[in-house]
Amino acid sequence: MTMSMAACASSDRDNATSSSNAAPATSASGGSSAVETSSGGTGEGSASATSSSGGGGETDQTFIFGAAGAPSMFDPLYATDGETFRVTRQMSEGLVGFKAGTADVEPLLAESWESSEDGLTWTFKVRQGVKFADGTDLDAEAVCYNFERMYSQTEAGATQAQYWSDTMGGFKGSSTPSLYKSCEATDAASAVITLTRYTSKFPAILGLPSFSIQSPKALDEYDANDVKAVGDSFEYPAYATEHPTGTGPFTFDSYDTANNTVTLVRNEDYWGEKAKVAQLIFKIIPDETARKQELQAGTIDGYDLPNPADWQGLTDEGFNVAVRPAFNILYLGIDQKNNPALQDLKVRQAIAYALNREEFVTSQLPEGAQVALEYYPDTVDGYTTDVEKYDYDPEKAKALLAEAGQANLTLNFWWPTEVSRPYMPDPKAVFTAFKADLEDVGITVNETSKPWNGGYLDGVDGRQPDLFLLGWTGDYNTPDNFIGTFFSDPTSRFSTEDAPWGTTLSEELATADSEPDDTKRNDLYVALNKKLMAEYLPAIPISHSPPAIVVASTVQGLVPSPLTDEKFMTVFKSE
Amino acid sequence: MLRYTVRRLLQLVLVLLVLSLLLFVWLRSLPGGTVTAMLGDRATPEKRLELEAVLGLDQPLIVQYFKFLGRVLQGNFGESTAVAPGSSALEVFGDRFPATIELAIGAMLFALILGIPLGYLAARRRGGIVDNAGVVVSLLGIAVPVFFLAYVLKFVFAVKLGWLPPSGRQSPDIDATRVTNFFILDGIMTREWDASWDAVEHLILPSIALGTIPFAVIFRITRSSVLEVQHEDFIRTAEAKGLQRGTIRNRHVLRNAMLPVVTVTGLQAGALLAGAVLTEKVFAYPGLGEATSIAFTRKDYPVLQLLILASAATFVIINLVVDLLYAVIDPRIRVR
Repeated sequence: MTMSMAACASSDRDNATSSSNAAPATSASGGSSAVETSSGGTGEGSASATSSSGGGGETDQTFIFGAAGAPSMFDPLYATDGETFRVTRQMSEGLVGFKAGTADVEPLLAESWESSEDGLTWTFKVRQGVKFADGTDLDAEAVCYNFERMYSQTEAGATQAQYWSDTMGGFKGSSTPSLYKSCEATDAASAVITLTRYTSKFPAILGLPSFSIQSPKALDEYDANDVKAVGDSFEYPAYATEHPTGTGPFTFDSYDTANNTVTLVRNEDYWGEKAKVAQLIFKIIPDETARKQELQAGTIDGYDLPNPADWQGLTDEGFNVAVRPAFNILYLGIDQKNNPALQDLKVRQAIAYALNREEFVTSQLPEGAQVALEYYPDTVDGYTTDVEKYDYDPEKAKALLAEAGQANLTLNFWWPTEVSRPYMPDPKAVFTAFKADLEDVGITVNETSKPWNGGYLDGVDGRQPDLFLLGWTGDYNTPDNFIGTFFSDPTSRFSTEDAPWGTTLSEELATADSEPDDTKRNDLYVALNKKLMAEYLPAIPISHSPPAIVVASTVQGLVPSPLTDEKFMTVFKSE
Repeated sequence: MLRYTVRRLLQLVLVLLVLSLLLFVWLRSLPGGTVTAMLGDRATPEKRLELEAVLGLDQPLIVQYFKFLGRVLQGNFGESTAVAPGSSALEVFGDRFPATIELAIGAMLFALILGIPLGYLAARRRGGIVDNAGVVVSLLGIAVPVFFLAYVLKFVFAVKLGWLPPSGRQSPDIDATRVTNFFILDGIMTREWDASWDAVEHLILPSIALGTIPFAVIFRITRSSVLEVQHEDFIRTAEAKGLQRGTIRNRHVLRNAMLPVVTVTGLQAGALLAGAVLTEKVFAYPGLGEATSIAFTRKDYPVLQLLILASAATFVIINLVVDLLYAVIDPRIRVR
């Protein structure tokens, strides 16, 4: 079943190798190149963000990227935030990776893999000839050492290894069941990972930065597992702060906390095509305007998430605003707890019909944004256009409200301030548009606005609003990463526990996720998407909004990724 | 005298204790918090509980406070969660205190170097070009908000003209050795002149932005003080004695006019640290002000607590030193 997928992905990669220029053949696979064009992307990869062809080989250039915040530390196992991953994904790699410009899985440190018929035993062929930055060899033993390390986290380490608990479940000895059972190195090149049950998200989750394979020697030497909780915060060991050691195209040089810069240097012993720039510097600039002005002044070469309001201006000034495929969702959350009227499907449908999402998307969101038909974008398996669509129809909304006996409905609508999210560049604009729409159909809207982490998230988790705005950016390309994350746990932010179908939905999701047959699973998700939109409607999907990354016009070779998985090894500056 | 000093020191400890308790309780009564900030998009009720248990945030506030106090007495203010995670709050302070002092010195130098000569000149040629221009500029300097001025300066001189760097403390690709974290001083000590010069360039715009109000104040005080002094009787006497003009200006007018300027300069220097929050934010200058603003919005309690306690301690200590000096001068104060 999955064998074919691995083989296919593998050949994709080999094709990329043969078409790219001058890759030194250092590994058994012919030193496959990580340089790929964005043409295979799922969305509208920027035209100028193309392959490196013609870019020449390595340079002595320095690429400076403006980061919005300080990284938490440099051990990806303990991280959850984008600023940390942006740095660590340049230094360390996982068994699988994501094809540049897409959310699709491709081989990375594993050249290929196959699974048993029941999907429980996975044999990964570990790429040979790869060295960690400390000179030690990557082999199957090292791979298993890493998985055992992740599985054996305790106390503070376990609470920090959030991606493990999100995707794998429990740790060794904990009461929560774990997806992971064991890892065995049957020979130097074969790592056999055994799972406790089949899940559709394996092996895609191995592409998450948190599952990067790190040097066992360095992990040991610098006490990588020694995370301590101290009062309001965590104290990380030397491994995480000073000695991260992976197999990636860049290696750690320094973190100058007084000057707010993280410096990485080219890994001269990298197994694949070497990074084009000699030095990669992340300059931490928390203020968005300051980031923009540094780019304009030429003191940095790029930064992430330029405000959509600035896209046109930056493009006019000659900068390259590379738009990523939209791999996210903005939704209007509905909490049924405080307002029994919301338990009525008709009322939730009335809200859906009342919202002029088309108008909102065209007038408020950047170009390329789309109205969301369901809870994930169309590049994910199980997506179907054959769902209840809820086109803007205020009359129908009024009729449904009257039918439900809720002609005088009052709703508490919360929106967040002091925040801008990739799926929601301007929360106030969303609120303003939808408040007017709701009032048009006779719903009274009580407004509450609070800072994102100054009451908003707490209020949503504390189940105070009736309506609220939230969203999600996918981590990898499976339906489970979206609707599984949302609805598997009936006590999550969607609070489906109050709905009569909350538990059923959760069970249906588990069934779909554990179906090993690709076609059958796809059908299950299609059916679920239809049901979610027609019968459950736990929230209103609003839009998929493409986030961007901007670089100077001289910067070449950047491939915008829907997962924000940009690898800077292909980047260089033209003279 | 010794008893007086000891008593005052005990008072200082008490002030800091009360302040730390108030601060601890106040921060934790605000909506949002460490756990929300750490979990972000990935929060579920179980995760929240788990994290709170590991961090001990499920214990009564007073227990948490005494644990905090226990750690502080061992010199551990906790680890930064947002400003510079991976560093302790004390390290953050060690990185950023020198930055703010460098900026404050830069701003004061700007204010003094321009303010005193121009103020003097304006007074000497009252109603002339320098006087009129100076008065207008100093009025503007006081009236225009610091952050607006900072934006304009940055836009014109960094973004449009490209003469100076728009933000930060030092160009990231300069390989500088850190000794004291006073970047200019470090460059001099290690003879890395380009690193020093680069740090100076980074200081120019923020120093002007932050120094404009002190400049305006010093200019006006110098001007009015010189105007006042030059009509005093002793100046007339000096003139009557036939002293040379230069001697009168330097020895009599300037020296006497400087007294109020010195007092005002001291006051302005104190006010700079508060004003640095906006300037540092606009110039993404990694000093205490920027740290405070990040720590507050992103609930970095360890850093926020240390920064607020440190500034309170500084204030109390300065007052103590002043009082002790008075006590030395005036023995009656010691008795009480």
